[in-house]
Amino acid sequence: MSIVEQIKDKFKDKVDVFVKSKRRVYVTTASREDGKEVVRYLFKELGIRMAIASGLDTRPGVEILYHMTADRDNMIVTVKVLVKKPELKMLTFTDFMPAANWIEREIHELLGVDFIGHPNLETLLLPDDWEAGVFPLRKKSFESEKEGIEREYR
Amino acid sequence: MGKQHIIPIGPFHPLLEEPEFFKFYVEGEKVVDADVRIGYNHRGIEKLAEAKTWEQDIFLVERICGICSTSHPFAFVQAAEDVSDIEVPERAKYIRTIIGELERVHSHLLWVGLAGHFIGYNTVFMWAWKYREPVLDMFEIISGNRNHYAMFKVGGVRRDITEDQSSQLLKVLDEAEKFTKMITKAVLDDPVLHARLKGIGVLKKQDAIDLCVVGPTARPSGVAIDVRKDHPYAAYDRVPWEMIVMEEGDVFAKAAVRLLETIESVKIIRGCLKDMPKGPIDAEVREVGVGEGIGHHEAPRGEVFHYVRANGTNYPERHKIRAPSYMNVPSFKKTVIGESLADAALITASVDPCYCCTERMAVVDPDSDRVLMTGEDLIKLSQKKTEELRSRKCF
Repeated sequence: MSIVEQIKDKFKDKVDVFVKSKRRVYVTTASREDGKEVVRYLFKELGIRMAIASGLDTRPGVEILYHMTADRDNMIVTVKVLVKKPELKMLTFTDFMPAANWIEREIHELLGVDFIGHPNLETLLLPDDWEAGVFPLRKKSFESEKEGIEREYR
Repeated sequence: MGKQHIIPIGPFHPLLEEPEFFKFYVEGEKVVDADVRIGYNHRGIEKLAEAKTWEQDIFLVERICGICSTSHPFAFVQAAEDVSDIEVPERAKYIRTIIGELERVHSHLLWVGLAGHFIGYNTVFMWAWKYREPVLDMFEIISGNRNHYAMFKVGGVRRDITEDQSSQLLKVLDEAEKFTKMITKAVLDDPVLHARLKGIGVLKKQDAIDLCVVGPTARPSGVAIDVRKDHPYAAYDRVPWEMIVMEEGDVFAKAAVRLLETIESVKIIRGCLKDMPKGPIDAEVREVGVGEGIGHHEAPRGEVFHYVRANGTNYPERHKIRAPSYMNVPSFKKTVIGESLADAALITASVDPCYCCTERMAVVDPDSDRVLMTGEDLIKLSQKKTEELRSRKCF
């Protein structure tokens, strides 16, 4: 059974699987709990390693994409989780996957997502005296919409 | 004994190319805990890439790393091509492979040289760097530059390799191969290196899997992953070569994997030059399209990973870059604890992290903040251990 079928079989309507091509699969999950279960299943049971996670600022919240590289199947499975604004709270994956430690710290400081249960959410990349509440990877345009400032067009 | 000292190493480290800050907690000679802090070289390239066009981004990502400068553009153009499944001409695929492999040869030789210098074995350093020169000459023949080759573009490559260049390359390659084989044999048979590098800084297979380490940090620990074999791209599935995997996981295995890989790389380059088909080198891509794309490439240090999201404009909506050291450096916490101080610096260097050659490290007494030992003393300590081994003839 291929990875796509295994995911569909196990999680059924909790996930939305989009097969972009033979080598690229995107799995959208409804909640952060489902996201954690899917990544745990891929990492622990199918033995797929995590390449990295990307954080992406969008209007409804921060999208976190866990890129899982399946080396035996020549495929990259990307698990998408939307962390809703304004709370921005996500579950940590470090309890079963130590490799997520650094990237969660990075997303915490660059996008302001709080990872519940992370052992050490100190700054990793930014200077120690960085201003609190300033998140460099957030999109400026969304911030200014919120404050009612007219958007600058390029 | 029993009293703990903290040894800060960095942010500048005498062996490596970029700043990073290690804190070793030691009891006597033994390292009991370790901590790391990165970010001294954080340049905000991911954010910057969102404000530049797709064409400009190729030059931007090429400047992320000075040593493996091709690996980032390699992954990035593949990510951009993945957005709307652009097919690259055959000849361009071969040229890309040649550039990628030449880079692996020079990068691995550079690391072997530095490792040799650090344990006080300067012959290895001199040799490795001498025989790295012809490889850089080959880059100059192809691209006109010894570093930052600017060969990649979305849909193909910028410059062709002519018949004339190809025959010149083969000549230099013969020379480079002879020396690479010689130095590999010399290093792998050397009793001093066996005594000094075997059994230190072992990364166990399960730890390697849990930490998701990649490339020549994973393969010496028995994790058989290589993007070139597992996810064939460019011309890697068209020429014969072997993946090098070892089981020990110590510093010696890491060195051996790198050296044996160098010989495989020479094999790939030779195969590519021989089989290279004629034809166009560029697909003339007009626009990237809308959607998401992922590209990855096996850089000298492991898998480079790029994710892009295109929104139809000339600028990427999001560009995520992950260099291999990002996954490899955290593994030092598993490898360095329990080892002696003389080996600590070598172990952290064994993952070949990208850092800078300036020197600022000192042993500080935490009670009085008095400097007990400078960076130079630490290198001397490491070099003395090799001398001792040599004089005791315990190999």
